[in-house]
Order: sequence, then C-alpha cells, then structure tokens
Amino acid sequence: MRVQGRGLIDRNTPVSFTFDGVAHEGFAGDTVASALLAGGVRLMGRSFKYHRPRGPLTAGSEEPNALVTIGRGAAADPNTRATVQEVFEGLEVSSQNRWPSLGFDLMSVNDLFAPFLAAGFYYKTFMWPRAFWEKLYEPVIRRAAGLGALSGQPNEDRYERAWAHCDVLVIGSGPAGLMAALTAARAGLDVILAEEDARMGGRCLAEREEVGGRPAHVWAGEVLGELGAMPNVRLMARTTVTGAYDGGTYGALERVSHHLPATDPRRPRECFWRIAARRTILCAGALERPVAFRNNDRPGVMTAGAVRAYLNRWGVATGKSVAVFGNTDDAHRTARDLANAGVHVAALIDAREGVTGPAGIPTFSGSVVCNTGGGKALEAITIRRGGREDRIAADCLAISGGWNPSVHLTCHMNARPRWREDILSFVPVPDAVPGMEAAGACNGAFSTAACLREGAEAALRVAEALGAKATAPDLPQAEDDPYRIAALWHVPGKGRAWLDFQNDVTVKDVHQAAVENFRSVEHMKRYTTQGMATDQGKNSNVAALAILADATGRGIPETGTTTFRPPYVPVSIAAMGAGAQGKGFAPQRLTTSHKAATERGAPMIEAGLWYRPSYFPAPGETTWRQSCDREVAMVRNAVGICDVSTLGKIDIQGPDAAAMLDFVYTNTFSTLAEGRVRYGLMLREDGHVMDDGTTARLGAHHFVMTTTTAAAGQVMKHLEFVHQCLRPDWDVAMISVTEQWAQFAVAGPKSRELLNGLLDEPIDDATWPFMSCGKIAVQGVEGRLFRISFSGEHAYEIAVPARFGDSLFRLLVARAEGMGGGLYGMEALNVLRIEKGHITHAEIHGRTTAFDIGMQRMVSQKKDCIGRTMSERPGLMDAGRERLVGLRPVGAVQQLIAGAHLFGMDDAPVRVNDQGYITSTCWSPTLGGTLALGFLKRGPERYGETVKMVDHVRGITAVCEVVNPVFFDPEGGRVRG
Amino acid sequence: MADLIATSACAGRLPKTIGDVTLTEIVFGAITSVAPLKGQEEAVSDALKAQIGAALPKPNRSTGKADARAVFFGRGQTMVLGPRLAPIEGAAMTDQTDAWAAVELDGPSARDVLVRLVSVDLRPDVFKQGHAARTPIIHMPGLVLRTGADRYLLMTFRSMAGTLVHDLETAMEGVAARG
Repeated sequence: MRVQGRGLIDRNTPVSFTFDGVAHEGFAGDTVASALLAGGVRLMGRSFKYHRPRGPLTAGSEEPNALVTIGRGAAADPNTRATVQEVFEGLEVSSQNRWPSLGFDLMSVNDLFAPFLAAGFYYKTFMWPRAFWEKLYEPVIRRAAGLGALSGQPNEDRYERAWAHCDVLVIGSGPAGLMAALTAARAGLDVILAEEDARMGGRCLAEREEVGGRPAHVWAGEVLGELGAMPNVRLMARTTVTGAYDGGTYGALERVSHHLPATDPRRPRECFWRIAARRTILCAGALERPVAFRNNDRPGVMTAGAVRAYLNRWGVATGKSVAVFGNTDDAHRTARDLANAGVHVAALIDAREGVTGPAGIPTFSGSVVCNTGGGKALEAITIRRGGREDRIAADCLAISGGWNPSVHLTCHMNARPRWREDILSFVPVPDAVPGMEAAGACNGAFSTAACLREGAEAALRVAEALGAKATAPDLPQAEDDPYRIAALWHVPGKGRAWLDFQNDVTVKDVHQAAVENFRSVEHMKRYTTQGMATDQGKNSNVAALAILADATGRGIPETGTTTFRPPYVPVSIAAMGAGAQGKGFAPQRLTTSHKAATERGAPMIEAGLWYRPSYFPAPGETTWRQSCDREVAMVRNAVGICDVSTLGKIDIQGPDAAAMLDFVYTNTFSTLAEGRVRYGLMLREDGHVMDDGTTARLGAHHFVMTTTTAAAGQVMKHLEFVHQCLRPDWDVAMISVTEQWAQFAVAGPKSRELLNGLLDEPIDDATWPFMSCGKIAVQGVEGRLFRISFSGEHAYEIAVPARFGDSLFRLLVARAEGMGGGLYGMEALNVLRIEKGHITHAEIHGRTTAFDIGMQRMVSQKKDCIGRTMSERPGLMDAGRERLVGLRPVGAVQQLIAGAHLFGMDDAPVRVNDQGYITSTCWSPTLGGTLALGFLKRGPERYGETVKMVDHVRGITAVCEVVNPVFFDPEGGRVRG
Repeated sequence: MADLIATSACAGRLPKTIGDVTLTEIVFGAITSVAPLKGQEEAVSDALKAQIGAALPKPNRSTGKADARAVFFGRGQTMVLGPRLAPIEGAAMTDQTDAWAAVELDGPSARDVLVRLVSVDLRPDVFKQGHAARTPIIHMPGLVLRTGADRYLLMTFRSMAGTLVHDLETAMEGVAARG
C-alpha cells in the first residue's frame, strides 16, 4: 500500500494499466512492480521448474521472479522484468509460465514431485531410449519449464543501432557516478553518463539520507541539473551498458520507448549503442544477496534494499507487518526507515551476536530466520535462536546477506575478481579492463561518503591520464557508517532453501553437485543450472559458490567465480541486429535496367548483392522453361539483349600495368595490342583457379579488366594485395569502374545490324573483328564497345555511363524486338554458355585447377604468375583427376542433375566408386536435349564412354555419354560471323 | 531519333525532409578519380591546383569548395567532385561521375541521424568541416564528408542508392520520432 508523504512518484499523474486483464492504478514514475505492490499484488510469477508462486525479490534489473510479458501479439515482449518496466496509460502486462492462471497453476504439481526433480534429474532420467529425448522428453519438459514465449509472428517494431564516442564513459549515476561525471565534465572532458534506470541518481533515490545537508535525491537532482546544462555531457537514462569489449568499446542497450504507448510506429523500441570511450569509470553499484533458508521464496520475501527502495522511492509499504533479517548494519536501515514511515516492524533478526537495533524495534541478535509460512503470500516466519524456534506473524520479510559489488563488466575481458574477506565479497582487480576504473560500491566501497570520494578520485586519475586539468571537487557531507558483516549464506535445516530463484536451484542441489564430483564452480553451474537465464545468477552466484566452497572443504577464493560474460542484462536480438530484418540484412545492388526489367515481370535472382532477371515472361508463357527456350532461340537466330553491368570492371593504369596483368593472369597480356581484348585465367596462390574474364587494352598503359559478378570484390582485393604487399615497386594505379558503366550484351547474328542502327559511326567486321574494343558514341554519348561473346554468337558488349543505362537499355530492347529478338535473362544466359562449354563459378568452384578445366595450355611457361608454382605440385596435374567433360543422357532417363555423382556402369553407386560429379545442366533448345558439364576421372580420355549418374538425394539414376564439353559450334565459326 | 536520357542515381527518391533534417541528392558535373603515379604527387597536386584551385588532400581530409572539391578516397587516391578535369600528366584518372550516388544530409539533427549509420567519431570538434572518411555506411562502402556545421555529404555505390536512401530515411524517422 502507499505511504503518504513518501516516494518520488508523481501523484498528480495517475496511470491505469492491466495485469492479466485486471485493471490497476499507479502513478507516473512507478514500475509495474511498485504499482502492483502498492495495490497489494505480490504474486507476479511462477518459478521456472516447480511453478512455485513468486513475487518480486528486488527492485532492479537483477529481478529473478517478477518476469512478465508486455503487450500482446507480434509486438509482445516476454521476460520483461516488472521491476524495470515503467507503467504508462494503457500498458498491458501478462504473467508467464502458468496454466491456466497465475493464481491456480496446474503445473505447480511439479512442486510435489520435487524430491525427484533435483539437480541432474533430467540428465539421469531421460537417457534412454536415445531417440526419445528430442521427440518426447525435451518438448514435454520445455513446455512445463520455461519463461515467457514469443508470439511466433514477425515483429514489425523498429529497433535501431547507433555509435557514440566520448572521452569518459561513466557507468551508473549513483553517488560515485555523479561525482565522477561531474569532476570529469568540469575538466572539460566529453562525458557520457549511462544509467540503467529511467531516473538518474542510483541509491540516492532509494535511501533516506542526506548528502551535502539535503536529501540525497535533491543533491542528485542538483548535480544532474549542472551536468545537463553542460554541452560536453550526454546523459543517457534507460541505458544499460551490457558489455566491455576491445579498445574501449562498450555495448549499451537503450530502452527508447518501452515506457511509452506505441503511438508512433517509426519510434524505435530500443537502440543498441556501441560506445567508444577513451576512459571508463564503472560506478555500477552493488546487488544485495538474499540468504538461503527453508521456504525463503514466498511472495513477500524481498531483499532489504528493495524494501527500502519501494518505500523511499515509490512510497510503497511492502507489507503491513514487516520483519527484517540480515547480517550487516545496513539491514538495520530498512527497519529504521520502515518504522520512521509508520510501518510496523515485527522484528529485526540479526545473525550477528550482541547487536542492538534501532530503538523501539524488537531485535533478535544471534538469531536467524529458518522457515516461512503461508501460501501464495508470506504470513509468518520462524526465528531460530540457539535451539529454540519461535513463529512471528509477518507479511513481508526483508532479507540481506550483504552486498555483492557489480563487478560483471570488469570481468568481460577475462579478468577474475578478487575476494575481500573484510566485506565478504568479490571486488574488481585493477586494470581488469584496459582504460576502466571502478569506483564506489562496485569497488567495495559501501558508504555514501566513500562512494562520493572514490568517484571523484577516479575522475581525477582519468582526467590526468587524458591530459585534462581537473580540480578536486568539494566532497559533500554524507553518511560514512561502517559495514560490519558476518558470514551468513545459508541457514541449515530441513526442506528446500532457495539459492537461485530464477532456476529453482536449492542448497541441496549444490551439495548434490559436489557429492557427484561436479566440484568446479563451472561444472556445478552447468549441473544445477544455477546462474543461468535472464538474471545470470546476479542474486545467487556468490552464495552458491560459498556453499560449494563449504561442501568441498575449500575457501571461497580458491573456489572462484564462474565467468561473467556479456551481456550484463538480456539484449533482444532485434536490437543487436537492428535494421537487418528482411531485406535490411544486406544492401541491394540494382542495375540501371532494374526498373525496365521488373516492368516486364522478370523474376529476380540474387547474384551476390546484385539482383538480376531470371527470364522475361512473354504473354502466354506459363513456365520459366518456355521463356528460357524462346530467349535462347532468339539469341541463336536473331539478337538478344542482356544487362551485364554486374560483372566487375577494374581500371588498371600505369607503366607497370601490363607487368601486373602478366603476374596475376596465367597467360600473357603485355603482348596484347591496343584496342584488343583477351580472355584471362587467374589462379589463387595455392594454384587453384580464382576467377576468369576478359581484359581489354585501351592504351599503352591502360587496361580494363573484367571479373565475374561473384568474384569482383575478391579480385579487387587480390590485386590490391599483390600491389601493396608483393610488388609495391610497380608503378600502377587501380580502381573499380564497375558502377560507372551500364554495360549490355548484344548477342546474335543480327547484333551488328542492331548496333549500326544506334551508333553514331557504323562498324564493320574489318574495323571491329572478334576480340576488339574501342570507343564509340551513341547519340553523342561516349561509350565503349567490346566485341566479345559468352553465348558463342556474334556478339558485343556496349557500355555507356550509368546515368544513360536505363535509356539505352530501353532503346536496345525496342530495336531488338523490332528485329525478332529481345531480352534474355540469367536462365537463357546459362543455357547459352553450357551449350558452348563455357565455365562459370559452378565449375571454378575453388577446388579445380587449370588442368582440371582443360586450360593448362593457358598457364604460360614463359613467365611466372601467381599460383603457377603451386599448381605444379604433385597430383594437381594427374591425368586421373576429375576433369571437365560434357555429358548427354543416352538412356531412358533424360534428366541430369547438378550435384549428382558419376559412377562406372557396373559399379555400385557408393562413395568408394565415385568417379566425379555434375556441376551444370540445362535443357538445350538449340540441340534438343539435356546437356551437362561435370568433372570425371580421366574425363577427356573417355569421350564416347557411358557412365552412370546417380542422384542419391532424389533417387534418380541416368545413363550418360561422356562428350566434349563444347556441345555447340565447336569450331567457333559463329562468333566471327 | 530520341536522345539518350540521363537518370540520376536517386531519381524519384529525393529530396526528403523528416524532422529537422533534409536529405537531397547531389549530382556533380563530374567525379574523377586522380591517382598520382610514382613520384608525381607534387606535380599532380600543382596541376590540380591550377585547374580547380585545390591541391591534393591529405588522408581523411578534403580541399576546395562546394563547386570543386578534392576528397581523400583511399591510399593514393583522390576523388575530384564538381568540374570535369582536363588530363593531368603523371596521374591515372578515371571517370567516376556515374559510379556514385551522392546525397547531402542537412539539419540540426544530421549528426544524430548519421551516428545510426556510421561508426567513426563524428563529434564536431573531432570530425571537423572538410574532414572526410572512407567508412562503411551501415553495410555499404561509403564516403562521409563534413561540408557544413550540420551538413554532410555521403557517397556510396550507385547501385546501392535505394538502400542508402532507405537506411537514411529510417534513421531520420527514428531520430524525429524521439522528439
């Protein structure tokens, strides 16, 4: 219930929201947890494994119990911590992991089977039969145990990513963080202050104490006011720094609009920041640890600090009669604050001997709480002192087993924290993350005064390191009470004492792990599942390893911690991959003819990032084959147009350009005449084929190289490597001109006739023979013409500056169609090249050599080239290798399939008899049959033989004849036509 | 016979104003790559200065003014934006006029938009006017050049113009929607 006069909520702004369909009221500034607690609702979730009723344990992002789903449908966000989610008008909250309802959960029957469901139960029980695990056991277990569920629908919400840079990143805005940010900012440094909470101030908001003679939250507000007015400071609220990475880079998740109604679909839900900081000051504070005892998980049991936070920040009394149980002076503050606010404190139970509590509060020193009573809410606790046990009525129990500094980020680069016996906690080691300082509670300094001092000191060190002039600030007066802790991890006794609330791991489970020799803390974690799921063991890690240490007879430092890894809090994949949903995954590269092609209904296929048309359906055509056959015939008989701009084009200039080409190509280019084009083959260093293409000589020191579409980037990189690393002495300059030119193939017997209707100066065979190139002009626009052919026909490629691409394309198509020709797409292009036995990356797939593809003659013996020596390794030119052949079906089955394997006619189709495989197939309308290219052992020696093709996947067997891979016009007369 | 019609890279997509930021396509009269051959850096720089009044820029910098800029574009490579150049002795030059989509992002929140696409440090006193960076723009190879207090020129491959505009638009909307 609300306590009048307490809290930093805005009582003038009421907010209504629903929880499991029931309307609730809260105020601006409330979290779902604080508003529900104010309304007397404590049951907010069911536990992971046993479906035990649970209420909030904490008031922050470490919350293990109160996990809820926000919103509904595709945009629903499961596993949202009710302690973090702010309320807003119309917010819909649903509980999780219960059926049919939170109050009556049938799956809580699991709790009755608890004796059988201890650590390792699943591993031991569901071992056999093996196949049952995936099909039966796992789905059933997953259904019963779990967290929230995704909707299964694509989420249309926007998420974004962004980068930020600063001199100093301050993580956390409590007393230490504020002092650090202030000191660094006053020194003129660029400061980012990141705070996970919606409101900055950290524990200043949750404690009732004075800083500098005024309430802590007022002091924090003043500092924030000063910081906010400085141009060199950036305040990032609702931003959790999730990971520390190399070079001072941090990941941070900003909750941009989870606290707002979804009124604007363009507003991102979250933003994943990458912050590059020259220095970082970690002021992440500390997390309070619960104590393990029997039934310590009932709704109403909370950490003592959380009870104070609900009271002081949100004006909520978490019970009518509250008991406090702890082992430090800090726990006494909870009793004191409650009593001051007029909330009945039933008892203060302190495990330490000889302790006196605040006046007027019944205090039991040297005592522990050993059990609780109640159903879905706490009703009573049992106190044990010496051998005596007493029951006390209480509807809320505030527990504190001490505080764990939030060392997580300091461990993200593999450092291990150090154990401090005086505070019974792990603290960061210096320089755990290069450039990072830890200050305040996360560094083991628990008093407010110490936090303020450490924050300022860290900022002074950072400023000095960055060469900025910083002045030591006046430290405001603040509480400097001693911490005084006595070890208290576990109250021995019968029953289940919960350690990890999130994964339902008990003290007994940890003991069991130790008994079964999972003595390493990492093994214990995996065996019991302690420390997994959304809270990543923030509440239970240290207690669990303390109990493991005890069970294995070792000290805590020797036992050590498990590894803290990023992210510090759960990060949605949507935020990390923001912008990459669907087509955002990679940029789209569109040719200048894309629009014209799509206007004609051409389906696109992706070639690398490029989109290329598959075929151009004509009226009446219902299958791709009909279109493809027509397009092939058109090229063979009239003229076809195809956009080939996607092929890589590299401009190479300089006195050593020819030498460079001779070095990267297997054949010689220095002898190529100006105005001529030559086909070239390129090897990798390891002697296998990298790429092929044509290179034209435009001038004495000027070439333009063509690569395949797929390997354009790879070849450019290769050339840069060769120039920068192998031959920096060469005077050569290279640059990609792929995007500069729109280039179209004009292929077929009528190609010249078509071009002569367009070119400003007509061409003829004498001036433009096969493999010639040069400048042309189309209606005054200067371009380039290459007489080259991939189809085997009399063909050209015409290039104009890309801005004219769309226009020229439409013109070419109109002309071609007037001559009985037209457009052809990738399918037809593929058929045309298979008919001619031309290779693509289907054949030069990375494991084939020049020898394999029948081009060994192209590896010049008169000069060296990259890959030549390695291509001469033993075995790489063995006649028995799988080598390129053509294949035609000669049996009843006429289907040949790429990827199918080849076997001798009498051999069983098993691996050891494998003789090769098919790489490309097509139906050839020109030759009226199926054609295939493939690799076959001793292939070129076996023309005329029959072999057996077996496709094991589809269960198809076909008999085929081995033939020369050049099926059509082997003399090559047509290209010269 | 009809003339060939020129279409710009972002034709039909721009300009666009979202929030306080405007995205406009820039069509340069010419874009020319200039790569001095060995030992020719000084001569080429002088020749360029004679032609357009701007010398070869240092790495990550640009020279010249809006109508004629020389921008660092990579190792040994300068891109001249604006005037069409006469051949320069000792330099490898290529016409890149049509190879790039160029857009200008202008407005008080331009930097906030850009940090959603570009990872380099764009703080105003670090990435000053005239500074240039060859850097990915989300997944695209690009150039970022600061041309004003809150104005940036962005370039990427012409074929990626659609994605460039889409990604910038999304970022502009995200920034504007935060209010």
